[in-house]
Amino acid sequence: MSAVLNLGPHADFIVASYAVTLAVVVLLIVWIAADHVVQRRKVAQLESQGITRRSAQARPPA
Amino acid sequence: MALIDLANPTRFLALARRLLPWLAALTVLAFAAGLYLTQGAPDDYQQGATVKIMFIHVPAAWLGMFGWALMSLAALGTLVWRHPLADVAAKTAAPIGAAFTFICLVTGSLWGRPMWGTYWVWDARLTSVLVLFLMYLGVIALWRTVEDPSRAARAAAVLTLVGAVNLPIIKWSVDWWNTLHQPTSVMKLGGPAIHPTILLPLLVMAVAFTLLFVTLHIAAMTNEILRRRVRSLMLLKAQVAPGSDA
Repeated sequence: MSAVLNLGPHADFIVASYAVTLAVVVLLIVWIAADHVVQRRKVAQLESQGITRRSAQARPPA
Repeated sequence: MALIDLANPTRFLALARRLLPWLAALTVLAFAAGLYLTQGAPDDYQQGATVKIMFIHVPAAWLGMFGWALMSLAALGTLVWRHPLADVAAKTAAPIGAAFTFICLVTGSLWGRPMWGTYWVWDARLTSVLVLFLMYLGVIALWRTVEDPSRAARAAAVLTLVGAVNLPIIKWSVDWWNTLHQPTSVMKLGGPAIHPTILLPLLVMAVAFTLLFVTLHIAAMTNEILRRRVRSLMLLKAQVAPGSDA
């Protein structure tokens, strides 16, 4: 990549900077997406057992 | 819809569900434009191609500080108005702000080695940003230590407001003390000191990073609301468990 972009004598530092940034951003996205799946599954499990919030119980039938 | 209506977590979840795909798409487009402009930007006359590190280092630094400023506003919302979503916003901004501050520190070190001849110096700018990162870790640890979310929120809010003192220190450290770090060159009186061919990619990358922060923050807030819903459902389940219906 450094040859294509001609990053000069300090190419390693530039590539390392972008690589670290990409790794941290990907980790953040994966962590948040995985947490979303876990929390959704937990809510669905509890609701399937008939445990619902009081506000949901108080809603008049449609 | 009035802004105050968003204080309702259910309404916030509905709005987040509609907004997130658009925000994610905008973030990808902004990064595509930013990276295209970045690879086409000319080398700096002194720093050569290492100026390309600036396009990620500076936005990460801005967002590291933005994260703490956002948490400080949310802390006021927790302590003064007891806004239902304030502590959710504060708690979820902490790991994202910490990640951007970490990126700022690492890319700054990688930029410093070829330009200054060292990865690190204990000067005011670098040290105050390191302190910001450590404060982020402290707030995250506090949230994880106290089990009751409302008690944790108040303690974290106080710590956040005290830590906000560090923000002006970071901003003006390069003016107040001697430092290896370059002085302010974008947000300064008299306009930016950067040539437009380098300033434009920097600003587009800053927009892309900001969109990424907002997208991740709204997604993380959604998760936290669901986590609290799980907690309240578990408490409800414990109340209606067999043998406890007296």
